[in-house]
Amino acid sequence: MSLQVENLTVYYRTLRGDVQALENATFTIADGEIMGLAGESGCGKTTLGHSLIYLKPPMRFIEGRVTLDNEELPIWDMERMNEFRFKKISIIPQYAMNAMNPTRKIGKMTAEILESRKVSYKATLPELKRRLDLVELSHDVLNMYPIELSGGMKQRMVMVLSTLLNPSLLIADEITSALDVSTQKAVAEMLVGFRDRGFVKSLMVITHDISILYQIADSIMIMYAGQLAEKASTQVIIHNPRHPYTKMLIGSLPKVGVKHSKQRLAGIPGKPPLLLNPPVGCRFRERCPVAFDKCFDVPPFIEIEPGHFVACWKEFESNA
Amino acid sequence: MLKLDGVSKVYRVGTFGGKELHAVSNVSFEVPDGEVVSLIGESGSGKTTIGRMILRLTPITSGTISFNGVDISTLQGEALKDYYRQVQGVFQDPFSSYNPIFKADRIFRIVREEFFPGMKDQEWNGKLEDSLKAVGLNPAHVLNKFPHQLSGGQLQRFLIARALLLDIQFLVADEIISMLDASTRIDVLNLLADLKESRGLSILFITHDLSLGYYISEHAVILYRGCVVEMGSTDRLYNTPLHPYTRMLMAAVPRLDKKWEKVEVELRGKQSQITTGCVYYDRCPEAERSADCLTHRPPLVQVEDDHFVACSRYME
Repeated sequence: MSLQVENLTVYYRTLRGDVQALENATFTIADGEIMGLAGESGCGKTTLGHSLIYLKPPMRFIEGRVTLDNEELPIWDMERMNEFRFKKISIIPQYAMNAMNPTRKIGKMTAEILESRKVSYKATLPELKRRLDLVELSHDVLNMYPIELSGGMKQRMVMVLSTLLNPSLLIADEITSALDVSTQKAVAEMLVGFRDRGFVKSLMVITHDISILYQIADSIMIMYAGQLAEKASTQVIIHNPRHPYTKMLIGSLPKVGVKHSKQRLAGIPGKPPLLLNPPVGCRFRERCPVAFDKCFDVPPFIEIEPGHFVACWKEFESNA
Repeated sequence: MLKLDGVSKVYRVGTFGGKELHAVSNVSFEVPDGEVVSLIGESGSGKTTIGRMILRLTPITSGTISFNGVDISTLQGEALKDYYRQVQGVFQDPFSSYNPIFKADRIFRIVREEFFPGMKDQEWNGKLEDSLKAVGLNPAHVLNKFPHQLSGGQLQRFLIARALLLDIQFLVADEIISMLDASTRIDVLNLLADLKESRGLSILFITHDLSLGYYISEHAVILYRGCVVEMGSTDRLYNTPLHPYTRMLMAAVPRLDKKWEKVEVELRGKQSQITTGCVYYDRCPEAERSADCLTHRPPLVQVEDDHFVACSRYME
């Protein structure tokens, strides 16, 4: 097991109280697995991703245990996490296009980052150049300033940078959402390539675009309002989802070949609850067409079939 | 009916304005009454510029845009105001379309002051209520609130309701659902389609998302670097794309029913400026282009009923 997360709960501290952004997340990512993490904005997917690597205020660690390659990650301790960041666990942030130091040439900046981890730039250079070739960047970028690169090029540069030390787990946060369709495809396939070549052991791809995940992910985990709703293999989530939220979400996505005049798709009525004072029990309860009195208790995240986890009382009932 | 005829937009760039940037070149298409036409292109293709030119927010360099037979660039004063009674736009970011200091319904008050100065309160309130109900909002829940108290979907509907107050015939919808969440975006899309059905509204639906374009429109126009490379009925474009760019685009769209095929996406050579010849020359597969493509820009020709393409391979 590459990554194991147990009961991870993270809140945001605000003046009006705690925002309960992530509640009791328990899941695993296997070696070589690309797990997609999807959900609407504000569902806690970025909170989950960031809490594993850089749990900074106003984020507040409440409880939970995270192990990576059988080693516990002290995610609540900013200092001790330094040993793991970049080497064992790395991230391509959402703002990858603005992530590089604008006052340094890219090569110099890379050298500084490596030195901070006590790795020699000279020794890494051949590998760095090999990887630049892989993402179709010329070696000249090392002598350029970030401003000389286009958005897509910067993104690819950050991809190479983040994975340079072959981390065990890479978190990719919404990296394709600002890109054009054609670049998006190339970047997504590069991520898969990084896994296939062993640059990273496993990947967590955070996005709101489920169709991208269908193309590249092995498994998909769906979150709703800070709670895990469902996790299963990609095929199962797309074609045979069990959680009512997943069903409605997949059903609302327009597909090429579906026309309004022939088949009208339906959205999900209502809107997600505020997490400052979330409803008790299942947080999807108020928008759920099959909710019943049992839903006032929080449903556990249970494996109903091998590899298929669901948190829904209705499902447990019909399965029992 | 809105008609674009040879419309171009050239920006002067560089330190002394010595260089030219062709944002839109020689674009012609029409939006018939009561139809939704999708304008599809990647970033930098000029799709937003076209929307802005239709709304007269950006002047045209050459060519004409006519609405019901009248050239819109000549409109002044009262005639221009009349034009805005019929043609309105809604834009991508609903959050920045509002002034956060004022309540969100201020946008309605501005419309009233500008277009209906003589209207009685009661009549106005009835009209406003109808308009809000038409976009699926409950007036009691959404009026008298600040923008931060409303969701993105509600704010976007507000803007559509504002346009509907004016009995519009034509709506420019520029990427209006790309900022919305998956569960609410389909509702806004359905709303547009319903308005088309019930009011006979014509819509220019500007998007980069091909599946949304297919869902809502009968016709689509594919733009690349300011040029129309292919246009026609959505069925033909999606099922039998002819232009190499459209084919690449269709292959690269992430779909839920089909995995990506192994199509190489060329990342290099996206930057260079092309003044003569085909705009897609430097990204076009070697096997499909000829020396002629570099010197002559292929015109848009009809290849079958309701299907036009600008590629030298289809020129007869």
